[in-house]
Amino acid sequence: MGVEALSRLQFAAVAIFHFLFVPLTLGLSMLVAFMETRYARTGDETWLRMTRYWSRLLLINFAVGVVTGLTLEFQFGMNWAEYSKFVGDIFGAPLAIEATVAFFLESTFIGLWVFSWKRVSRGAHAAIMWVVASASTFSALWILLANGWMQKPRGYVLAGGKAQLVDFGALIWNPYAWIKFFHVIMAAYTLSAFFIMGISAINLLRGRNPQLFKRSFRLAATFAVASSVLIIVAGDLSGLQVAKFQPTKLAAIESQWKTEAGAPFYLLQLPDPGAQRNIIEALPIAKGLSFLAYHDVNATVKGLEEFPPGDRPPVMVSFLGFRLMVALGFLFVLLAVVAAVLSWRDRLASKRWFLWIMTVALVLPYLASELGWIVAEIGRQPWIVYGLLKTADAASRAITPGDVLGSLICFLVIYSALAVVDVFLLAKYARRTED
Amino acid sequence: MALQTLWFVLWGVLWAVYFMLDGFDFGACMLRNFLSRDELDRKVALAAIGPVWDGNEVWLITAGGATFAAFPATYASMFSFLYLPMLLILFSLIARGAAIELRGKHDAPRWRSVWDWVLAVSSFTAPLVLGLGFGNIFKGLPIDLTGYRGSFFMLFNPYGLLTALLFVLLFLQHGALWLRYKTDGELGERTGRLAGILWFLVLVVAAAFLVLTGFATRLYDNYLAQPLWIVVPVLAVAALLGVRIAHSRGRPLGAFAASCATILLVIATGLVGLFPNLIPSSLDAAASLTIYNSSSGPYTLKLMSIVAAIFVPIVIVYQFIVFRFFRAKVTRTQVAEGAEGY
Repeated sequence: MGVEALSRLQFAAVAIFHFLFVPLTLGLSMLVAFMETRYARTGDETWLRMTRYWSRLLLINFAVGVVTGLTLEFQFGMNWAEYSKFVGDIFGAPLAIEATVAFFLESTFIGLWVFSWKRVSRGAHAAIMWVVASASTFSALWILLANGWMQKPRGYVLAGGKAQLVDFGALIWNPYAWIKFFHVIMAAYTLSAFFIMGISAINLLRGRNPQLFKRSFRLAATFAVASSVLIIVAGDLSGLQVAKFQPTKLAAIESQWKTEAGAPFYLLQLPDPGAQRNIIEALPIAKGLSFLAYHDVNATVKGLEEFPPGDRPPVMVSFLGFRLMVALGFLFVLLAVVAAVLSWRDRLASKRWFLWIMTVALVLPYLASELGWIVAEIGRQPWIVYGLLKTADAASRAITPGDVLGSLICFLVIYSALAVVDVFLLAKYARRTED
Repeated sequence: MALQTLWFVLWGVLWAVYFMLDGFDFGACMLRNFLSRDELDRKVALAAIGPVWDGNEVWLITAGGATFAAFPATYASMFSFLYLPMLLILFSLIARGAAIELRGKHDAPRWRSVWDWVLAVSSFTAPLVLGLGFGNIFKGLPIDLTGYRGSFFMLFNPYGLLTALLFVLLFLQHGALWLRYKTDGELGERTGRLAGILWFLVLVVAAAFLVLTGFATRLYDNYLAQPLWIVVPVLAVAALLGVRIAHSRGRPLGAFAASCATILLVIATGLVGLFPNLIPSSLDAAASLTIYNSSSGPYTLKLMSIVAAIFVPIVIVYQFIVFRFFRAKVTRTQVAEGAEGY
C-alpha cells in the first residue's frame, strides 16, 4: 500500500477512535450540568449523588477524548500536506477558531470544575459545568463547519491551484454543516442517554442503589425520546442536502445504479458492485426514494451510471453502513419510547428482560455514530473536498509508506492500550455506586 | 504593519506562551518521581498542576491551528517534513495527558507507579523533541525546490541536541520553581534546592546555545542588520539573572515569574533571528518557507486577526482568573484529607 492508502487507514483509525469519546462528552456534560443544577435548586441529595456518579464516568471519557483529539489536529499537516496546502486558507480558520473560542474554554473550565467543589457555591459549580458543556458543543460546531466545507465547499475561489476564502459568511452559514451539526448533536445526546440507561439498567438488575439509577434512567429515557426523534428529522434533512449537493454519495448509499424519475425505495436490497446492479430488490415502496431524497415523488434520482467509475464512492460500504445506521436510528426511537413509558410508570423493576436489552443496547449508538461517519466520509470518495480535490492528490509527499505503516502500528498499539484502560476504569466506576 | 508580519508575531506569541505554560507542567512532572518521598508527595506535586495543565496544553492546539490558518504551507511542510518527531511529540502528549488524569483513578501501587513513570518519561520526551525540532528549524532544514532532503537522524546534530537540552533544562527549572511556589514543607524545600542547582545548568547551556547559534545558524544576521533587537536576548539573560536573585531572596512567585519571562524571551530571541522565515532552508534560500510565500490570503489573515484580537485577550483574562483562583499552596494535609481532584 502507498502513502495515500495507509494514511487513509490511519486517519480512519484515529478519527473513529476519537469519536468513541466525543459524543459522550457532548451529551453527558449537558446531562451532568442539568443534574447539578437540579441539586443546586432543590438541595436534593440524590441529584448530588447522580452528579458525582455520572461525572466520574464523564471525566474518564473526557481525558481519553482530549488526548486522542490532539492527533487529529496534526494529522492534516503530517499525512495530508497537499490537502493542507490546497485548503489551508479556508480549512485552517475554523480549526483555529475552534481552539481559540471553544476548546480553551472547555479545557480551562473542566479543570476548574474538578477542583472547585468545596470552594464555590452549588449554583456556581453547576454553572461551570454548563460552560464546559456549551463550550464542547461550540467546539463541535466549528469542527463540523470545517468538515461541512469538505462536503459542500462554498465561499471560495480557486487561485494559483489553491482554494481561497472570499466569503466567511458562506463558510459559517453552510446549511450542510448546520444540519450535520444538528445530526451529530442529537446523535451525541442519544448515545449519552443510552449510556446512562444501559449502566443504570445493569445496576438496577444487580439491585444497586435503585433510587439513584431509577431517577437517572427516567431522566435519560425522557431525553432519549426527544433526541432520537430529532435524529430522524436531522437524518431526513441530511438526506436532502446529500441529494442536492452530493449526487454520487446519494446514489452509493441507496445503491441506485440507473437514473430514474419517481424512483422506488426497496426495503430489501443488496448491491453487486462488480456487475453494477442490485442482486436483491424486493418490497418496493413506489416512488419512495424520490420522495425521501427530494420530498417530491416524481423527482429524478441520478444513478451511478451517470458518473465515470473513477468518480464513484465504494458502493457496498456506503450502502450497508447507511442502511444499518438508519435501522438503528429507528430502533432507538422504539427503545426510548418503551424506556420512557416503563420508567415513568415505575415498572422497570419488574421488566428485567427490558433492562437486559437496555444494557446490551448501550453499544448500539456507538455503532450508529461510527457508521454515520463512515458513510459521510467514504461516501464522499474519491473526493477529499467534494468536486474540488481528489483524495489521491492530497497526501503528503515528504513521507514514505514505511513511515505511515510504522505510525499506524504505533497508533493502534497505543490506542488499544488506552481502550483497555478506559473500559477497565469505566467498568470500575460504573460499579462504584456509593461514595 | 503588514498582515503577514502581524501573524508572524502572533504565531511566535502562541508558541512562546505555550512553552511558558506547559513548560512548568513538563518540568514538574519530570521531577515529581525524584522529589517525592511518598505517595502523598506525588499527589501534592500532581495536584499543583492538576487544575491548569489541560488549559495550558490548548495553547499548543491553538499554535497548531493558527499555523494552519495563517501559514498553511508551513503547517503542511513543518508537520510532514518532521513526521517522526511530530509522532513522538503526539505520543508523548497522549501518554502525558492520560497519565495525569488516570493515575489517581485506581488505588493500586502497581497502577500508580506505571503511570508515574509514563508521566515522567513523556514529560521529558515531549520538550526534548520540541526542542530538537525548533533547534533544527533555527538552523534550517534541508529543503530544496523539489522538497525535503533530510532524514530523521539528521535532526540529531549538535545544535539540534543543544537546543533540545536547553528546552529540557529551562522547563526543569520552570517546573521546579512552580513546585517551589505551589508546595510547602520538605517537598518545597527539596524543590527549592534543586531549582538552585538547575539554574547553573541553565546558565551554562544557555551561554553555549548563544555561542553555537552564531556558528550553526544565521539567526544573528537580523541582529547585525538591526542592532536594536539585541535588547531581546539581553533581556532574556537579565530575566535568567532575575530568577537567581528572586530565588535566593526567597521569593518563589518572583522567581517563577522571572522564569516565565526567560522562556518567553528565549523563544523571542530565536524568532527575531528567524524572521521573515518560518522554516529556512539550509540548502537553497529560494526554497525557504517565509511568511510571504507560505501565508494565507489577506482575507483569511484579516478575518483571523479579528478573531485573535477579540478572543486571545479573553482567553488570557479567564485563564489568569483561574490561575489566581488556584493560587493557594497545595499542602500535604489537604491532600491527605482527600481534597478534590486526584
